[in-house]
Amino acid sequence: MRSVRHWAVRHARGLQRFYDGFEWVLVTLHPLWKRIGYARLEKPVAALERLTKGFMFDCQMCGQCVLSSTGMSCPMNCPKNLRNGPCGGVRANGNCEVDPQMRCVWVEAYEGSQRMVGGDKAIRVVQIAVDRRLEGKSSWLKVAREKGAAVEAAVEKL
Amino acid sequence: MKFEDEPVPGYPLPILPGHSSPGRLERLLRRGVFAVTTELDPPDSADPQDVFGRASIFDGYVDAINATDGSGANCHMSSVAVGALLARKGYAIVMQISCRDKNRIAIQGDILGAAAMGVCNILCLTGDGVQSGDHPQAKPVFDLDCMSLLEMARDMRENHRFQSGRKITYAPRVFLGAAANPFSQPFEWRADRLAKKVAAGAQFVQTQYCYDVPRLRAYMQQVEDLGLLGKVFILIGVGPLRSAKAAEWMRSNVPGVHIPDTVVKRLAGAEKQALEGRRICIDIINQVREIKGVAGIHVMAYRQEETVAEIIQQSGVLAGRAPWQPPRDTQPDPSDLNQEIA
Repeated sequence: MRSVRHWAVRHARGLQRFYDGFEWVLVTLHPLWKRIGYARLEKPVAALERLTKGFMFDCQMCGQCVLSSTGMSCPMNCPKNLRNGPCGGVRANGNCEVDPQMRCVWVEAYEGSQRMVGGDKAIRVVQIAVDRRLEGKSSWLKVAREKGAAVEAAVEKL
Repeated sequence: MKFEDEPVPGYPLPILPGHSSPGRLERLLRRGVFAVTTELDPPDSADPQDVFGRASIFDGYVDAINATDGSGANCHMSSVAVGALLARKGYAIVMQISCRDKNRIAIQGDILGAAAMGVCNILCLTGDGVQSGDHPQAKPVFDLDCMSLLEMARDMRENHRFQSGRKITYAPRVFLGAAANPFSQPFEWRADRLAKKVAAGAQFVQTQYCYDVPRLRAYMQQVEDLGLLGKVFILIGVGPLRSAKAAEWMRSNVPGVHIPDTVVKRLAGAEKQALEGRRICIDIINQVREIKGVAGIHVMAYRQEETVAEIIQQSGVLAGRAPWQPPRDTQPDPSDLNQEIA
């Protein structure tokens, strides 16, 4: 669904606003997720995530989502899985070296990043190597678990 | 050009303060010498003599030789082997590592192995897609990208550990490089990409073929504006075009190569196109060496490696300097038994 993917990049600003709110909800509900059990939630949430993000971004379920740093253009759609910018093979028309019919995901990413608050800065951050163990797992739950735990730790300190 | 503390070939130079590697290339660049590197066409053979023969045509003209890693996704002798063979002879090698064919376990092993065998420079690349080579049916690996490869290699060198955190008892002393392509889209972000590579650990870069000097000037201006001059040594890729037809083929078939129409026209209008191709290359060398921030050139003459010496000589880019070369600059190996017997 490349047309939806392009739509997402064009509406990166709105999606960012949505995601900010969505993340807040996810993290706030951390105690609830914990009670149900993250392990039990993994399968259904990952399935839901695959469905929605698959439709919106052609998400490849790497399990460590960086959409907010890449202008809402999923870098795992790059045939070389480049998470840190375009390779040297981008065609003069901005299309992919490997798939000439596809716009380079990084050309898209830069466009999207310009529409986002702080996107300019985020896209310049070096992304670390992908942890392949997380493939197919839910990024949402990962964020909820990690940020939720951080909030809990901060509260305990007080 | 021989350093005063030049060791027996195959053994490292002393590492100077502030340097990362015991290699000649890093020394030259840090001394501010305009460096010249080239690329060896790796043989489709298991005979080491093929490697030595191909390297010897550059003797006395280049400061380092790139050992390519399945370039264009075509299968050849590995860069580790080419690097090791030549490093033992005393050559300065830039060993290329591509992320296309190996995962991080294999790559880290290769970095240690290559450094152990005398490779002092490593060029971290993502690599061409498998579709562009002779094995399109192969599985593309891309476990890492060039950026995470740079970070990992730097971490091995600086912090003496694998990505897993496990300790390395003797770290690989390597000067880390990357590729840059100022000539492909999106132009306005190309310098930013370089900045990212520098942040990830790149100490030098070699660019894609330059046939468009104005574009390079604009890029170098962006690089300067980002405050990158002085943080990374930039070597500009150049190379002779054999004919207008070859130029046409290259720009439509080799990913990332941009050749302006003016260059193709100049070639087409020439009586001896191959000669004109070399002249264009020399002209470009002489233009890019004047650009602020350019630390050297990287001459790529695929399947016409014999022209490299002539191009370098005629361009005068060495300014009277004679790069290290065997056998002139090699001392006898004291551990060589044959010599002792004689």
